[in-house]
Amino acid sequence: MQVTLKINGNERSAEIEPRTLLVELLRDTFGLTGTHVGCDTSQCGACSVHLDGKVIKACTMLAAQAEGCSVTTIEGIAPANGPLHPMQAAFREHHGLQCGFCTPGMVMSALALVERHKGKPLDEATIRHELEGNLCRCTGYHGIVAAIAAGARAMEG
Amino acid sequence: MYAFDYTRPKDLAAAAQSFAGSDEPVYMAGGQTLIPTLKQRLRRPSLVVDLGALPELKGIAVAGNLVTIGAMATHAEVAASADVRRAIPALADLAQHIGDPQVRNRGTLGGSIANADPAADYPAAIVALGATVYTPTRSIADADFFTGMFETALEPGELVVKVAFPVPKRAAYMKFRNPASRYAIVGVMVAETASGIRVAVTGAGPSVFRVPEMEAALAKSFTADAVKAIAVPVDDLNADLHATAEYRAHLIGVMAARAVVAIA
Ligand SMILES: Cc1cc2nc3c(=O)[nH]c(=O)nc-3n(C[C@H](O)[C@H](O)[C@H](O)COP(=O)(O)OP(=O)(O)OC[C@H]3O[C@@H](n4cnc5c(N)ncnc54)[C@H](O)[C@@H]3O)c2cc1C
Ligand code: FES
Ligand code: FES
Repeated sequence: MQVTLKINGNERSAEIEPRTLLVELLRDTFGLTGTHVGCDTSQCGACSVHLDGKVIKACTMLAAQAEGCSVTTIEGIAPANGPLHPMQAAFREHHGLQCGFCTPGMVMSALALVERHKGKPLDEATIRHELEGNLCRCTGYHGIVAAIAAGARAMEG
Repeated sequence: MYAFDYTRPKDLAAAAQSFAGSDEPVYMAGGQTLIPTLKQRLRRPSLVVDLGALPELKGIAVAGNLVTIGAMATHAEVAASADVRRAIPALADLAQHIGDPQVRNRGTLGGSIANADPAADYPAAIVALGATVYTPTRSIADADFFTGMFETALEPGELVVKVAFPVPKRAAYMKFRNPASRYAIVGVMVAETASGIRVAVTGAGPSVFRVPEMEAALAKSFTADAVKAIAVPVDDLNADLHATAEYRAHLIGVMAARAVVAIA
């Protein structure tokens, strides 16, 4: 079957098997390997992307279900070879990563949670609660939470 | 995943037709339960009928004493709905504590109750609030909808279209969650409804159930002590690696008491 969707602002089409997962379409068909597969069982959030502005697990959605939708991946949040997105910069600054495997999903979740809490205080407890869909096996989360708080402040400008 | 065909019908009639025309069809709503099941090859559908484009299953409306929620409303939509929060804050809270943000952005009310997981949250609200489940051809009362572990009164191919929740005088939902999955080890909704006080328990048994002894005690004295004094028999409760039946029985009293405190 044919699927057509917007990925990082560009309209893309592909011929796929109906059972193709969104994360497989992104990684295997379009080479956007920034979106990771950690667990493939809907637990870890390494595959998090934005679907029409909302964060979802790309391993738990069929590519066919994204027909006509707009998908943003980690590659889409800052220009290639340009400066990092303020949230990415905050992860680097605040030791929000060690191995980096969870990081693209963490950053996509972080951007969505900042958006959901626009205009409201973003305290540590809120960040931790809103990060429940993302697992990190390295950092112990402390640096991630600090990075998101700082990234959110930087985004406010 | 085994291979399957896929269709995304544009209305209820087309969905029914697609379903009837396949030998092993399955509906897909948010896919948050179905896709993991397909990955484990626990099901082998020949056709996935995606419910995502059916207008009849969408929307949230409050009219008079009823909050009506379309089957395809996501947990995030229910949690974020100002109308739901105003009319039944306990229902918005329940939705806000399902899974994680990603799951809430995809998972739906209809998918949750059709799946009837013994540890799912929504069944407690359906039964405590006395909700009515609507399919294309009939309405099913709360007491008749959940018939067992992963079992409902739905006939094969019968869709949940929407659910109507009567607005209670007051209600609260308390869950002791599994820290990894966030599913309910025990979840209790206490509600004061037009037809009296109801206590509905999810997570503890094969399917959601009411505790008439607690309801009677709360009708006499709406206090945490009134429910704490009541022991729920362990015989029919679930025991698994997360909790023994005895622990779950204890948690029912604790969660019910917390719900009473939250609304008293
Ligand atoms: C990591 C994780 C954590 C979770 N935590 C929780 C939790 O804390 N509490 C909780 O309650 N749930 C939890 N869930 C489950 C989640 O709430 C799902 O949304 C729900 O189980 C199924 O909804 P769905 O829309 O994804 O349905 P799907 O997965 O698409 O479908 C599930 C089943 O219902 C059928 N179905 C779907 N819609 C309809 C309909 N309208 N009419 C008839 N049949 C239909 C399908 O055919 C399928 O058999 C969790 C899931 C995950 C992955
Ligand atoms: S790879 Fe999708 S949730 Fe882990
Ligand atoms: S940095 Fe290694 S998993 Fe998070």
